[in-house]
Amino acid sequence: MADSYGIIASFADTPSFYHAAEKVRDAGYKKWDTYSSFPVHGMPEAQGQARSKVPIFTFLGGITGFTVGTLLVWYMNYFDYPLIVGGKPFFSPVFPFPVMYELTILLAAFGTLGGMFLTNLLPQHYNSLFNSETFLEVSGERLVIAIESRDPKFDSDLTRQFLEQIGGTDIEEVTK
Amino acid sequence: MAINPNDSLIEDSQVELLAKVDPAELIEQPLVGNQRSFGWVTDKICRIVETPTPTWWWVCMAVALITAAFTGMGLLWLVSTGVGVWGLANPINWGWAIVNFVFWIGIGHAGTLISAVLCLLKQGWRTSINRAAEAMTIFAVVCAGIFPLFHVGRVWFAWWLFPLPNANAIWPQFRSPLEWDVFAVSTYGTVSVLFWYMGMIPDLGVLRDRALQRLKSDAYSGSNLLAKAMDIFRKYFYGLLAMGWRNAGNHWRNYEMAYLILAGLSTPLVLSVHTIVSFDFAAAQLPGWHTTIFPPYFVAGAIFSGFGMVLTLMLPLRAIYGLHDFITQRHIDNMCKICLGTGSIVGYAYIMEFFIAWYGANPYESFAFINRGFGQYSWAYYMMFGCNVFTPQLFWFSAVRRNAALVWVMSIFINVGMWFERFVITVTSLANDFLPSSWGYYSPTIVDIFTFFGTFGLFSILFLLFLRFLPLLPIAEVKFVMPAADPHGHQDSKGGKR
Repeated sequence: MADSYGIIASFADTPSFYHAAEKVRDAGYKKWDTYSSFPVHGMPEAQGQARSKVPIFTFLGGITGFTVGTLLVWYMNYFDYPLIVGGKPFFSPVFPFPVMYELTILLAAFGTLGGMFLTNLLPQHYNSLFNSETFLEVSGERLVIAIESRDPKFDSDLTRQFLEQIGGTDIEEVTK
Repeated sequence: MAINPNDSLIEDSQVELLAKVDPAELIEQPLVGNQRSFGWVTDKICRIVETPTPTWWWVCMAVALITAAFTGMGLLWLVSTGVGVWGLANPINWGWAIVNFVFWIGIGHAGTLISAVLCLLKQGWRTSINRAAEAMTIFAVVCAGIFPLFHVGRVWFAWWLFPLPNANAIWPQFRSPLEWDVFAVSTYGTVSVLFWYMGMIPDLGVLRDRALQRLKSDAYSGSNLLAKAMDIFRKYFYGLLAMGWRNAGNHWRNYEMAYLILAGLSTPLVLSVHTIVSFDFAAAQLPGWHTTIFPPYFVAGAIFSGFGMVLTLMLPLRAIYGLHDFITQRHIDNMCKICLGTGSIVGYAYIMEFFIAWYGANPYESFAFINRGFGQYSWAYYMMFGCNVFTPQLFWFSAVRRNAALVWVMSIFINVGMWFERFVITVTSLANDFLPSSWGYYSPTIVDIFTFFGTFGLFSILFLLFLRFLPLLPIAEVKFVMPAADPHGHQDSKGGKR
């Protein structure tokens, strides 16, 4: 079906949800995901996902903050407008350390939040899954696995059977 | 869990011994009481913002608005006249403004400690109090910021504190601890908001989905158009804030990593903020201020006062909203014990300051401390010592910790005591400095009192708005520490994973 987003299946409890995810991974599906209103311990491994890339953004933010902090103080108090205050040096790595330190943390935090949004491809205005009322119940108690139709292994009937086999209930096709 | 004699890790000789001593089973209190389901947790927390506004909320809001107006009056008076309307006079050029600033900033520290430090230490009990405590942090920083902002006198030049080009072509002076403070406090405020917001994204998604569910099933009777209108508002308001979050495993993977990193960044941040605040004093050369004990002592005091405020806020909320299954006796016990620990550190610091003043054999330093204990401000010193050192010692007794009303009263004592600590530090050292001819006695004016009193109103307004519009408890994190969230089906899971 051209207007099909994919198939969703619900699972009764966290252990069966977790083991079902392992089976979907082993079956070789690529375009699929698990949906639960809380993070499940060890789920990235069960889904066969690599380590998150967020730390790269944190690092870039932190480096930028440290550099900006150092250059800021050097430029303002040493280069552009040197002013004698209490006989203290115009620049040294010691006294501006609080400024460098705080800016490192500030920009690293922005990098982390921004990195979380980028790696998750958020903000996202529309997603077909929200067309399903069953899917909306994920916010409460429901645990859902969705296999997308753009997955090369996807076959409307076979995938439905597969999800039934691994213990899925309330199996439903979601339209785009 | 009792030790199982069949456990392969136990040697034969130990089995006999175990049979003889019959070890008692240690039962750990669950983090969510009454074995609640995920659905119950979601409903309970979401209904706080989804049900119509209760009457008590309007009453509290009215009182808070009237109280906050006092800050408005005080500041208007100050700006239209000048800083002279405060009780500052040579040699006491730092009075209530800095006292109130340090007081409010200190209160903020518990929020970050709960959300960041306890996260790194994998204390599962933090989950049910961290959202409210983080909100408290942000609102406390807002209240704190008012004082230095207006203390600059010409508040319309306050932006000169930031490294922005101005018409005079001069820059901030980075050799001053006060300038470090600008960076520390503004970074603290910003990072706290980021952390708070990121923690809320999944829960905002839950509120959005619930509004969507109700709109799709169109379960509104004809007269209930207001409820429908509110849900349409919620759909867009929470939808916008949730940024398209959809609870995917892939989302959680990146989110969990980001959360952990933010906790890792906030931990050195929270320790640095009050350290830098203490540099405002410690980098000066005044007896009583110029001590190396200040940074750790300020940080411990900040956490102490912050937990005092968390107890002051959470105990009434627990009663009003019936959150006893989330904020259990175990949570209250833990918070009391942190108050006890940090309160004892503060008490140790008070005594150590006296010891070092004597041991250092500096006559000015000795005088500063004898003057604190027995001089013209001794009443404030005893107030501080009594509230901060003796009050928390009662938390040794479980009968005290189990009496919620008593804990609440004691948390007020902690708040009062910590305000007096900052007053004692600031004022005693300034009022009796090196030249006896210039000594004075500092008293606040009515404008000082108005401005400070009103900040409690401002804090309450912000907190009440938070209660009505944002999820009070982190739904996803509470679920995560419940036994049912364990993927390996360990029903005796005690949580404490994050």
